[in-house]
Parts: sequence; structure tokens; C-alpha cells
Amino acid sequence: MFKRQRKDQPPPDAPIHLGLVAADATRCIQCGLCGYNCPVGIPVRDYARQGLTVDDPTCITCGNCIQACPRGTLRWEIKRDA
Amino acid sequence: MNYLIIGNGAAGITAAETIRQHDPRGEITILSAEPSLMYSRPGLAYVISGEIPPQQVIARTREWYADLRLQLVHGRAQSLDVQNRLVMLVDGRVLPYHKLLIATGARAVPAPYPGGDLDGVVYLDTLEGTKELLKKARRGKRGVVIGGGITALEMVEGLAQHGVDTHYFLRRDRLWSQVFNEAESRLLAEKMHHHGVHIHTNTEATEILGNWRQKVRAARLKNGAEFKCDLFAVAIGVKPQLELVKNTPIQTDRAILVNEHMQSNIPDVYAAGDCAQVYDRWSGQHLLDVLWPSAIAEGRTAALNMVGQTAPYVKGIPFNACLLFGLHITIIGQISPDPKAQDDFAEIQHLSRGSSEVWYTFPRHYQSAWAKSGPHTLRLALGGGNGHGREGHGRTIVGALIMGEQTLADPLRALIEKQVDATPLLPYLQSNRETLAREIVRLSLSVMRNA
Repeated sequence: MFKRQRKDQPPPDAPIHLGLVAADATRCIQCGLCGYNCPVGIPVRDYARQGLTVDDPTCITCGNCIQACPRGTLRWEIKRDA
Repeated sequence: MNYLIIGNGAAGITAAETIRQHDPRGEITILSAEPSLMYSRPGLAYVISGEIPPQQVIARTREWYADLRLQLVHGRAQSLDVQNRLVMLVDGRVLPYHKLLIATGARAVPAPYPGGDLDGVVYLDTLEGTKELLKKARRGKRGVVIGGGITALEMVEGLAQHGVDTHYFLRRDRLWSQVFNEAESRLLAEKMHHHGVHIHTNTEATEILGNWRQKVRAARLKNGAEFKCDLFAVAIGVKPQLELVKNTPIQTDRAILVNEHMQSNIPDVYAAGDCAQVYDRWSGQHLLDVLWPSAIAEGRTAALNMVGQTAPYVKGIPFNACLLFGLHITIIGQISPDPKAQDDFAEIQHLSRGSSEVWYTFPRHYQSAWAKSGPHTLRLALGGGNGHGREGHGRTIVGALIMGEQTLADPLRALIEKQVDATPLLPYLQSNRETLAREIVRLSLSVMRNA
């Protein structure tokens, strides 16, 4: 009920198929905001804290986790072969 | 081999993970004084602001502990016998070890005046404490926050978010005075006013007053007046938890003294995280670093040395990124103009280039051409060419503070970390932001390409 409104966030039905979510582990404080904002329930934190790219097949590349991260840990990584 | 880790936080957990990677058969026991599994302490700021529910900050599952065969013991260590390699718990249990890591962390410094034990005095400290704080914030009407750092600002934001009439007391007149300059402070203050926060400059409390039920009812101010409130939030720093090593031969200063390999003066006793004061080759001093990434790096280094490797800890460039009142702020390296005057800046003193430091600020360029929306500032601190830079005699950027637009955060971080000769940037320092930004990105790209 206290969830902050994020007007700038794209709706989860607007997929960006070109990229994957990549992480900079040194910025990650493992707070879990990323996974909490994931509409399909991917544990994004487990990727982020290890600096791994979110290669979960269920990822709809909505970018909610990138928007939610308060420390700028996550970013788009454009697939090279796309 | 029997490893015992006291502390279930960032340093302890990273150490356990690293030990397991290198020693698949060793027994690893983690002693936790708190009832929950490992959680993100910096994440507590987002719990009080209501962005995530409390259980969300728990960063590891029970299965994770089981998969790595980590034995998690809940209990508080009471004493340590380094002769016989035993840790005694408060409840009478005894844990033996071959190698010990002390990662007990730090706790919030309590209110420095009478009334600190009243109901309604709150800290942003543990997960349990934060849950209590949340309950109180939901009922609270008027809150006072004291403390000059980021935790205080996070508390202010959290309380304001819950509709508490929030009053922030500043001893002087600048927000986060060890980090921000005038312009940056004003910028954040504007955001805070916008969120309904009242900032009281040059205001200091001297006592917290309670009612007959021992609940906070007011704060007594220095000028004698009473300021009505029912919440009093304290964020005036942290203190390493050293009770366990008090009556042992383990050497301490402000925290446990450890060498570059995270070893204390006692064989097979290591320390990492907020409770460790680590020898730093650059400055020749033992530095206390209470940042999350440092705790992780220290935990990893301790673990590598515990499994028999020789891995020195190389202190990284200080780095902090945060989001306050919707404003993104990144702080890299040394940005305080006079670190020696400020004790808490000791951790980044090695970046200081003394009197040769030159400061450039761009207070009037908030609304520059490349700024898409809202206010932005950029501040660079330049070090002099006295041979510290990798390029020999070049000028280097030793620190940066980026508020708002974060495009330059990563390029600047690369330039600072690699101590890149910043001479090519000098002609652009007084030009407009757009040009400077372009040159910074260009320089960082050329560095990354050469790497």
C-alpha cells in the first residue's frame, strides 16, 4: 500500500526483445527491489549480485527491474547477433 | 577443516560462499545473533520507505544454505578462547574451530543524550528493529530525525513516505555535510521540501522527553524550547561490535586490527566487514570502512586466506550510489575538500593529493543542454601531478559526485579507478556540460579500448 508510484516505468506488456538485463555486481546491495518488481517472478537479485546476465527464458524484457533498482545495478545489454 | 564464521551479514556470507568454492569438504558454521537469514542492510532503507516488504530484503534462502552445506547456528557469542580455539555462546553451547572469522559488523550509535531508551526512539539498524520502526511510523504523527549522513536522509525519506510530519534537525546548515557542497545540499533540500519535509538548520536536541508511559512526547532543544514529537529517529553513525574480543589478546583500535590478509594478531583468527580495521598499503594506516561493497570484498579476501591462499586485500576506490527523494546520486573516490579535518573521511584519505588538489564545481549548470529533465549537478575533484597517477606526472580525477542524470557515472568511475591522466579534459572543465560530458565519455572509451 506504500509502494511508490513509478510513472516512468514501462508497462509489463511492452517487451523489448532486443536485449537482456545485465548487472554490475559491485553496485548491487542485494535489496531485492529488482525481483520484487519482476512481473514473472524471476529472482533477479541472484543474477545481479553475481554480476550475471539474466538469461532466464521466462524473462519478458519489460525492464521493470532496471527501473526499480535504486543503485543503477542493472542495464540493458543488447544482443550482438540481434 | 572446521571454519567458524561469526556474523551472518555481507562479509560473513561472502566468506562462507568463497570458502565453499575452494574447500568442498570443510565444515562451515555460521553463527548469527539475529533470527532471520542473511539480509541486505542497505536494503532496509527501502523497507522503511515502503518500496519492498520486510521479507524481501532477505537475500538468501534456506535451500541456499543447505546447498552450500553451511550450518547456520542462531545464538549470540559470549566469549572467545583463542588458546583452545573455542567460542562460547550465551546459552551455554560451545563451538570449536580451526579457523575463525569475526564478522560481527556494527550497530547504530545510540542517542547521545537522556531519553534514548524511551519508546519511540528508533534506529535504522537491524531487520527486527526496522519492522518495529515500520509499525511505529504507521502510527506516528510527528517525527524528528537527527544525524548528518545518508542513513539519516533515508530515515527522513522513509518517515515522510509514511505520512509522518517529518522534521530533520541539522546541527549546521548543510545536508550530508561531509559529502555535499552548498549547491548539492540545496538541490536535495528542494526535493525534500517538495516531499513535505521540514529541515531545521542550526538546531540541536539535548534531551528526549517521555510521557508517563515512557513514550516519546517531545525533544528538548538547545535553546530550551520543547519540540513536540512522538518519534525520534537517530542515525548518528555506527560502532563496530567488539564485545566478543574485549577480554582476548586480539588487538583492536576502533575495530579489530587486521593485516592485508585480514588476519588479526592471533593465528587463524580473521576479521572482515564493519568490525575490521584493515591495513592499507597506500596510507600505511589501518582503515575502517563501513560500506557494503567493502564488506563483500573483505569477506572474500579473508576466505581466500583462510583456505590457504595468499591473497592481499586491495582497497577499491570508494563508491556509493543512492536514490534519495527521487534523486540519483553517485559518489566516487575522494570528493571532500579537506579530508584531514573530518575523521570519518579517513577511509578515503589515500586518494587525497594534499594541497595540490584543485576543485571545480558547476553549480550553475543544473539545467544544461544534455539534461533531459530535472536538476543535475556534476562535481569533479582533480588530483595534482605528483607522481601518484599511473601515467607518471599527469593530472588525475580523484573523485566525482554526480547528482541526477547518471550517464557519466560509469565513464567517470573507470577514469577514477584506472587513475587515467585527465590532462585531455583540462581545457573542457570550464566549458558547458555537454562538451565536458562528451569529452569524459570519449576519454573513458579510449581507455577501455586500450585495456
